[in-house]
Amino acid sequence: MSEKPRVFIVDDHHLFRSGVRAELGDSVDVVGDADEVAAAIELITERKPDVVLIDVHMPDGGGRAVIEAVAPANPDIRFLAISVSDAAEDVISVIRAGARGYVTKTISGPELADAIRRVAEGDAVFSPRLAGFVLDAYAGAEAPVVDLELDQLTTREREVLRLIARGYAYKEIARQLEISTKTVETHVSAVLRKLQLSSRHELTRWATDRRLT
Amino acid sequence: MSSVTRHGIIEGLMARTAQRRLYRSTDDRYIAGVCGGLAEHLDLDVRAVRIAFAVLALVGGTGLILYAAFWAIVPQGEHARDGTSTARPQRRRHDRNDLIALCLLAGGGVLLVRQLGLWVGDAFVWPVLAAAVGVAIIWRQADESQRARWAASARAPLSERPARIVAARVAAGVVLVTVGVVWLLASQDGLGAATRGLLAVVAAVLGVALITGPWWWRLARDLGDERRARVRAQERAEVAAHIHDSVLQTLALIQAKAGQPREVQRLARAQERELRSWLFGKPQADGSGTLARAVEAAAAEVEDMHARSIDVVVVGDAPLDERMAAVVAAAREAMVNAAKFAGVERVQVFLEVEGDKVTVFVRDRGVGFDPASVDGDRRGVSESIVGRMTRNGGTAVVRSSPGQGTEVELNMTRPPH
Repeated sequence: MSEKPRVFIVDDHHLFRSGVRAELGDSVDVVGDADEVAAAIELITERKPDVVLIDVHMPDGGGRAVIEAVAPANPDIRFLAISVSDAAEDVISVIRAGARGYVTKTISGPELADAIRRVAEGDAVFSPRLAGFVLDAYAGAEAPVVDLELDQLTTREREVLRLIARGYAYKEIARQLEISTKTVETHVSAVLRKLQLSSRHELTRWATDRRLT
Repeated sequence: MSSVTRHGIIEGLMARTAQRRLYRSTDDRYIAGVCGGLAEHLDLDVRAVRIAFAVLALVGGTGLILYAAFWAIVPQGEHARDGTSTARPQRRRHDRNDLIALCLLAGGGVLLVRQLGLWVGDAFVWPVLAAAVGVAIIWRQADESQRARWAASARAPLSERPARIVAARVAAGVVLVTVGVVWLLASQDGLGAATRGLLAVVAAVLGVALITGPWWWRLARDLGDERRARVRAQERAEVAAHIHDSVLQTLALIQAKAGQPREVQRLARAQERELRSWLFGKPQADGSGTLARAVEAAAAEVEDMHARSIDVVVVGDAPLDERMAAVVAAAREAMVNAAKFAGVERVQVFLEVEGDKVTVFVRDRGVGFDPASVDGDRRGVSESIVGRMTRNGGTAVVRSSPGQGTEVELNMTRPPH
């Protein structure tokens, strides 16, 4: 994509919305914002942005409700989840609803712009923290494997996730594993797909268990 | 102790996502929303549920009884209560529709019973039917009042039925029930006077119970709701107290030190950490307990001391023993080095416990150095990191080159247990 990605911001904090607009500056084309679920659904459907930057926590169902309402009829609109939350189940559930990535609100402006660009191009954006959540979710052999393809990560996918968790960029991962950047992206997209399609309820149950300990 | 019981916010969040209770639908309903509520709860098509009830109703009226039972026992859902159902506007049908549906249901029931040969005579059926319709109207009104209370508590300006309509409905219900009961009694002339007296008493008691039943039932439930509301209010007070003690104090400090960006950053970070551990139920990072907590505590300490931000990603955990303490100390040293010498704002730490293997990576994208020409200043690396790990049976690798950042990898095996 050569032109600037068209971005829509959904967050119930006014300060955050204006902050993000300022941080992103000219690097993207912000086509609108919304502070609640219903308005977001309407405006997104109307303006058809490339990327929706969406807050995980909002009243009336949060980012997940917006994604579930918009995504089925608009497969070209991509969602990047953003949150201050450290809670794995929040993050995993918004990814399972269809978000193409997850970043935390402490991300810097240029990093965010880069993440938006990558999501617009169809890549998955995994922050180190999300990579950690996913590794944790798929860790442990006690969970029953129903679908061999979906319920397990390949060795290579694990390697890629570990490097992301260590703070490596895709390019650095490619160099480290002696594969192309494209292949790294393919692995990450595969992990995202598994995360969204796997019937492994452990992905969410695990998170709950962890909280209880 | 579970962090969930300590923190009501989390509990609320989890309750919203984890467990869905069965409610009667307020949006998708013809009679009392039983089918709509069941369909939503079981994730089924509402039409399928309705057909199932209709079919069951044909089987000796089981469906009707079942429906009535659900109506009485299942509480009415607050509008879009679980937060996941997307709000559908314009779902409130007119009263007329409701009335038609009720009449159709009643009429169908009667014809059905007649068809099945269970007819016990017009003298019995019509009075009972009249009473049943009256009861249905009253119970529906009770539902309606409950909804009005919710609307009031949510401060939502919802157009509510005028009081006289409510009164008219209740009156109509009472009249119908009374007429039905009296009619029934009057038509049983063949029985002796004694039986009639007894019947009159039983009928009167039944009538009163039927008329006031829904209110008694709901009164009991509302008491429970009120208790829950009180608990919530208490939790809110606790949250307010906490925010006052920590967040507001920090904000005041930040304003006072606005001229010192480093100090402001340090305060903000420390406050963020504190608030997170409180919100998400992690025990205070005091360095005791587990490996993950200890590494996080070390990271927090280094953040505070050197005003850098250190992201810690943890996969798995292990109890803290002597070897793990060595890992924490080495990791801390690596973080201090990164914070001091790398010259970048952010340091990434990744801790993974997989089976008996413990691995820690501390990485920065800073200036880097040539490990071959380590000067005296960097003795920390060889002594506190590599030496400490080797002494405890682990390994440490330092990868760095000028301009390429630094990564320290620590490996340790957990003793078999």
